[in-house]
Amino acid sequence: MASVTDLRRFPGFLAITLTCLVVLYAPLIVVAVYSFNASTSITNWGGFSLTWYVDVFTGPDAPKFQRAAINSLIIAVCAAVAATSIATAAAVAMTRAGRFKGKTLSFALINLPLMVPEVVTAVASLVFFSAIGFTTGLLTILVAHIVFCIPFAYLPISARMQSIPDTYEQAAMDLYATPRQAFTMVLLPLMTPGILSGFLLAFIISLDDFLITNFVKGAGVETLPTAIFGSVKQGIKPNIMAISTLMLGVSIVFVSLSWLIGRTGQNKK
Amino acid sequence: MAAGAPMGAGTSSHIYEGNAPRLMAPSWIFIGFFLLAPVIMMAVYSFLTKEFRGGVIWEFSLAAYDQFFFDRGLFGDEPPSIEWTYIGIFWRSIWQAGLATFVCLLIGFPTAWFIATRDPQSRSIWLFLVTIPYWVNLLIRTVSMKFLIRDTGPLNEFLLQVGVIGEPLGLINTNFAVQLGLFYSYLPFMVLPIYAAVERYDFALSEAAADLYSGAWTTLRLIILPVVKPGIIAGCILVFVPSLGAFLAPDLLGGAKTFMIGSLIEEQFKGNAGNWPFGAAASMILLTIVLCILLVYARNQNKTEIR
Repeated sequence: MASVTDLRRFPGFLAITLTCLVVLYAPLIVVAVYSFNASTSITNWGGFSLTWYVDVFTGPDAPKFQRAAINSLIIAVCAAVAATSIATAAAVAMTRAGRFKGKTLSFALINLPLMVPEVVTAVASLVFFSAIGFTTGLLTILVAHIVFCIPFAYLPISARMQSIPDTYEQAAMDLYATPRQAFTMVLLPLMTPGILSGFLLAFIISLDDFLITNFVKGAGVETLPTAIFGSVKQGIKPNIMAISTLMLGVSIVFVSLSWLIGRTGQNKK
Repeated sequence: MAAGAPMGAGTSSHIYEGNAPRLMAPSWIFIGFFLLAPVIMMAVYSFLTKEFRGGVIWEFSLAAYDQFFFDRGLFGDEPPSIEWTYIGIFWRSIWQAGLATFVCLLIGFPTAWFIATRDPQSRSIWLFLVTIPYWVNLLIRTVSMKFLIRDTGPLNEFLLQVGVIGEPLGLINTNFAVQLGLFYSYLPFMVLPIYAAVERYDFALSEAAADLYSGAWTTLRLIILPVVKPGIIAGCILVFVPSLGAFLAPDLLGGAKTFMIGSLIEEQFKGNAGNWPFGAAASMILLTIVLCILLVYARNQNKTEIR
């Protein structure tokens, strides 16, 4: 008689999963370790040191990367705020406004940025901005980022909203709340975890983008990924590894935050 | 994508009924004006005349598509024959993306299965472990992979020192490296939908199969795979589509021999080629391929839902 646990087990699946994790983590760990290498040769280990982290902040390339990092942050924050607001409004319409004309089309439209290949979006944006005479620069990057961040912000928000029964708002309205009050005082607090994870997702996606940014950025405007790409084209220098490790840390902090927020949201339910 | 699909909630009164146009307007304006309109503009550009070093002349021309499909000799006066260069690049990209999808499936299915059959507590931790790398900047991941596997990189140094190999493996700038990069970039896209499907799988089916003397692998082939097929197909599309237009993995890990669509298009706008209409035409062809795949997928999905 086979028990259920036996039926769930296939030989080798654990090994494959572990191999998978090794492949996923090995490059990141190796780079993180080598970023603390004292040696100028980037492959030989010369002892632990923070030289390259000092170099990132004070070295000859420091101003360039600092400028790029500030650009990246400004764009990511603005794009995430804008995309989250737009996505929240859309999620309310999709889950709380019943049937309306063009609902299916609206759903397709929100997900359109996910369906169009990134390189096509990049080309289309560049062509469009040049056709309407929009000067490329920070603003073009921001606009492009808002567009492709919308579906990423939308997904967790609408998922969250679907799990909130609208009886709460009905109750509020029975107690003479206006729709606006029902929204700001009842629904909004309930959907906050969804909005927060949507915001974090959009933030990371914006920070992550290279291809579209590279197309629509004007001459001389760099974000962190485009600056790193330009530098890597001339060979992987140790300071790149230090920057990579710093960004790795930032990503992990953000994902963990988003994960924890998601969990508290579930626990409350 | 089904997560946000319109749902027919059984409630009769909808609180924000009538507000939908106002709430949807920002999405429509932003995506319509800055994605839909640009794609249309790109379609128009693909039928214009090229200007040297980027840009276009507003004159109708089929030159871009002609250049893509036909060879008219060096001076353009020979009878047209099929031009295989670009079709070849597209074919190679499709092949590469297909292989990457297959590899992701081969590794991703057991991984997803393994995670989905843990107890709920450890499940989310395993899932978290698999998804973390996805949130690390794609460029940084690709650069890290390049650093690790290049001839003078830690992997080769280590293997040389241990004495497993006599000379560097020469992994960089090969198809294998591109495959590794694509696998690394898109694996979570395969694992997540399959995981979701396996999580819903009813193990009573496996029990019934076992009662009828089916071995574990027969059950996998005849019962489990057909049941979780929607998850597998979704995963395959989520890996195949971005792999097809991938730029970073082929560009950083591959060499001239592994040139893919993404690089071909990039070169027309950012590189030396500087032929905007041709880049727009290549993008249109890529977009058409991708939309066809998605359309077929959506139609099949509707069919299964009706059933």
